[in-house]
Amino acid sequence: MLEIKNLHVDLEEEDKTILKGVNLTVEAGTVHAIMGPNGSGKSTMSYVLSGRDGYKVTNGSATLDGVDLLGMEPEERAAAGLFLAFQYPVEIPGVGNMTFLRTAVNAQRKARGQEEMSAAEFLKVVRDKAKTLQIDADMLKRPVNVGFSGGEKKRNEILQMAMLEPKMCILDETDSGLDVDAMKLVADGVNALRDAGRAFLVITHYQRLLDHIKPDVVHIMSDGRIVKTGGPELALEVEQNGYADILAEVA
Amino acid sequence: MAVPQPKQTALEARLQAMTLPQGGLWATAAREAALSRLQAMGLPDRRDEYWKFTRPDTLVQVEAPHAALFLNDDEPDSFADVDRLKLVFVDGVFDAEASDDLTLAGVRIERLATAAKSDIHWARDLYGVLEERGQSPVARPLATLNTAYATDGLLIHVTGRPSKPINLVYVHKSEVSDAILHHVIKLDPEAEVTILENGPAAARFNKVMEVEVADGARFHHIRTQGRDHERRAATHIFARLGAGSLFKSFTMTANGVMTRNECVIDLVGDDAVAHVAGAAMGDGDFHQDDTVFVTHDALRCESRQVFKKVLRNGATGVFQGKILVKPGAQKTDGYQISQAFLLDEDSQFLAKPELEIYADDVACSHGSTSGAIDEDALYYLRARGIPRTIATDLLTLSFLAEAVEEIEDEGLREDINSQLAAWLERRRR
Repeated sequence: MLEIKNLHVDLEEEDKTILKGVNLTVEAGTVHAIMGPNGSGKSTMSYVLSGRDGYKVTNGSATLDGVDLLGMEPEERAAAGLFLAFQYPVEIPGVGNMTFLRTAVNAQRKARGQEEMSAAEFLKVVRDKAKTLQIDADMLKRPVNVGFSGGEKKRNEILQMAMLEPKMCILDETDSGLDVDAMKLVADGVNALRDAGRAFLVITHYQRLLDHIKPDVVHIMSDGRIVKTGGPELALEVEQNGYADILAEVA
Repeated sequence: MAVPQPKQTALEARLQAMTLPQGGLWATAAREAALSRLQAMGLPDRRDEYWKFTRPDTLVQVEAPHAALFLNDDEPDSFADVDRLKLVFVDGVFDAEASDDLTLAGVRIERLATAAKSDIHWARDLYGVLEERGQSPVARPLATLNTAYATDGLLIHVTGRPSKPINLVYVHKSEVSDAILHHVIKLDPEAEVTILENGPAAARFNKVMEVEVADGARFHHIRTQGRDHERRAATHIFARLGAGSLFKSFTMTANGVMTRNECVIDLVGDDAVAHVAGAAMGDGDFHQDDTVFVTHDALRCESRQVFKKVLRNGATGVFQGKILVKPGAQKTDGYQISQAFLLDEDSQFLAKPELEIYADDVACSHGSTSGAIDEDALYYLRARGIPRTIATDLLTLSFLAEAVEEIEDEGLREDINSQLAAWLERRRR
């Protein structure tokens, strides 16, 4: 599904290398987790994959189902099936959440040559999906993320994911700022989307999220590289001992 | 103070080309008084501080500059779907055929041209009176010219709560028309009315609207200054607000080579609320100026000024806004924001926000910004699959939203929003 090979990335504005040769393959139907200390390059990787400005790829490649991601505009990557749940979802005053969702869904359908969803059809689907995430009619009507609590913003990200039905979902510290109940709700939303044709890459600092979203593979990232890969037990090891032991071991 | 010679000359030339309309006692007195006030102040010229950002030449010159007609064939007229009382002026001339009957419960509507013929009329206490009050501390000669020479307009006495809005429709049919209209609107205590205005009006349009809002009355005003590219307009609103009254005015300006909208609001009764807002969109040869002066002269009044401008291809936006808080106007709550969204490097926004406060227990805030698109928000939308052009339009509407949200009625707000969206969409092609 997602294949990253020897990815090297610099910051555009300053002379600084963030990713120093990332190799990662995520197969369809699997959940991969990436953990790692602050500044190791986890979020940068999610931004580079989704096409944010400000980064320069100096070497390597990233493909989604064999299609080169790095040459595409952000909207083309989204239409190709890539989704990034933001760590800090952006507030957009004056644009209704529903309008935003429908514009996004239909833009992607149009880009894929599918028929656009009618207003009635869309409303039915969105209400259904919102309900399971405990997103009420008021939250759908309000401007995008404006005045939303931390938990509401993250639930709104998952709602977007549910509506857009991407193939490859990247969750960037989706657990940050969430209390236990909210985390459970978000995790349930994610688990409901798990299927054989879809893959997840979960970036997190904490094992706790992985109790709810059970990963198949766990990677440890440090200083711009993936330094260790293992099963779910690797996350437990980090939780108990921190990164020091693992990093010392691979150094 | 003597009027400088160039101004004197310009004024004489202009007046010579016009005739003071004849009427009954009250109207003649008001017109002659206005004429002598005008002769004492002269017409604005480019050296006037108040016209520093907007050249008045074309608004002042003898002949209205030629303005090609614009055929709007791809969009319904503003408020077309609204249940309204429609009153039509073509190039400043009332069109009875195209208009509804002037009768509507809760309001008495007369034409100035008719009422001016009588010797006594209620409008005598307001016509030119609010305009004259608004001449200090800053002169507004084009409004005085209007009081003297207005050929028609509507005198609207709101005694109750009419069931539907009154829509003044201004049609532009002559390439050289020079229209001067003067409306007076009087709201009795606890009365409520919505006035809608739309259309380019004329090649050159000079319009004054005087609004007296009595205690507890509510006045809503929504206007669109349409897409006609070459039209010019100088408009003034003079409003006086009684205790506990409400005044809300929103203007959408799209295209038009020259627009100067002045709004002068006097809060004279305690606990009154005045909101004045505008959303302007200009592309290319577009100069749009909002000049607002709000005076707080009573306790616990609230005022908001919210002006947003989207400018591209060398368009110019101007904002001159002032909040004056008089001694004793304690617990004043004043807010003023003016912002421009510059879609390229050629466009410009000129702003002069002013606060002048003589009371010590007030809350006044103001801000003015001009900037480009928010890259983080753009990326967020694009990451959801929304193409850059559509995302840019969404963020433009988002930028305008604070002004549009000043419209209370949801249907009217949607009407304006869809016109804004259509304007953007036409430029996407």
